[in-house]
Amino acid sequence: MSYQLKPWHQIPIGSIVPEAGSSKVNHTGSWRMLRPVLNYDKCTHCLICWIFCPDDSIPVSPQERFETDFEYCKGCGICAVECPYDALEMVPEMEIKLKELEEEIG
Amino acid sequence: MAQTKVIALTGNQAAAEAMRQINFDVAAVYPISPQTELMGFFAEYVANGEVDTEMIAVDGEHSAMATCIGAAAAGARTITASAGPGIAYMVENLYVASGMRVPMVLLDVNRALSAPLSIHCDHADSMLTRDTGWISIFSENAQEAYHNIIMSVKISEKAMFPIIVNYDGYIVSHSIEDVEILDDETVRDFVGPSDIHRIPYPLLDTDKPVTYGATAQPDYYTECKYQQHVDFLKVYDVVREVFDEFAQIIGKRYDFIEEYKTEDAEYIGISMGSSFGTLKDAVDRLREQGKKVGAIKIRLYRPFPVKEIAQALSKAKGVVVLDRADSFDGIGGPLFKDIASALLATENNPFVHNFIYGLGGREIHEEEFMRAFDRLERLEKGIETRENFVEYLQVRE
Repeated sequence: MSYQLKPWHQIPIGSIVPEAGSSKVNHTGSWRMLRPVLNYDKCTHCLICWIFCPDDSIPVSPQERFETDFEYCKGCGICAVECPYDALEMVPEMEIKLKELEEEIG
Repeated sequence: MAQTKVIALTGNQAAAEAMRQINFDVAAVYPISPQTELMGFFAEYVANGEVDTEMIAVDGEHSAMATCIGAAAAGARTITASAGPGIAYMVENLYVASGMRVPMVLLDVNRALSAPLSIHCDHADSMLTRDTGWISIFSENAQEAYHNIIMSVKISEKAMFPIIVNYDGYIVSHSIEDVEILDDETVRDFVGPSDIHRIPYPLLDTDKPVTYGATAQPDYYTECKYQQHVDFLKVYDVVREVFDEFAQIIGKRYDFIEEYKTEDAEYIGISMGSSFGTLKDAVDRLREQGKKVGAIKIRLYRPFPVKEIAQALSKAKGVVVLDRADSFDGIGGPLFKDIASALLATENNPFVHNFIYGLGGREIHEEEFMRAFDRLERLEKGIETRENFVEYLQVRE
């Protein structure tokens, strides 16, 4: 779904949103200040983080927790608080970005 | 023309009768004087199974309006009623209803606002709603309240804007008068069946899910409001159409404004609601004295009948605007400012004066309106002077 600004006469009456799932257009991951970094050694795949995630940003199968969907994760930190095994650490995005940049430059 | 029968009814009874005949799907209400009695009458119809209405008793007027918005968005034919402080408590959600473009009816049994507390009539409550994007219609008596409610359903659903029908608390709501009642079938035929697909995006249509009340960021809010602005200007035509259609049933055509002896009038008084009868009596008595005076009643208050007012005042020398609410702004009452603005649409430049009257249920007499005309004439002729555009008509000195 592309994000194109509509003129006033093309907006549905009452400013309603006529498509389901339209929030996918809004990449809320860009709001993130802290990133939940998962320690796979500690994670038991109990899926408690998946239950609590308010943005449905933790993809799972019945057996496995996959990496967080950073397109939509706002970095609220609820998963890190709720994790019974301390498997999630909230790391400032800036630190991660700087580290990535250093690695790139060498 | 349809058959009618004349029954002695109070304004609230006549309004409840209209509600019964229309057979609304949902009514969410919270009691407040002088509206309580109205919903009491209607609750009887619900309890007796005479209507199919889902009547929801809520915890306050804010919730009443929120409930109505949900019901109306789902496609239910919806009504609520309130008065005075209840309307004030509703205001936030009134904007939500008009912004979401959900059709519904709100009966405002006009009551003063606190403080000091008063349960009696003035138009302060209605003036809170004047910028909310609701259509607003005033009724002079129980007969007009009854007719306006029936027409309002159709106006609201055609225009896709919510509508307020005003009638004066106690003066109209609790006074008995003869009311011509249409038969049930005529009313139901006129308003037509209630079908959720009357509205373009029914909330509970699970095949086409929609979001009501989404956020609009600065890149969209202006466009949303502009669309509302443009569509609100189309309401004039919708109201005219429905008035025309209703005229075929009752044999009398309502207009946006009602003019009384204005044709050759030099001085014109303007009021809304129940006081118009008194104003017409004042005009008659002044006419007996040889004064060329006339009167105008505003029926359609929002959108304001700018062109009709400009036309009606295009030959007047002086205009006295009679406001049943004060604005406390150093300019004048709300209606005064509307009239003054409407006069920009005519070449004529009459002298305009403003009187506040009838606050908190204060009785109004024709002698007082005659005094208002007299003051207007003296000001216009330069015999007297004024310090402000606005004065109070009925103050004990």
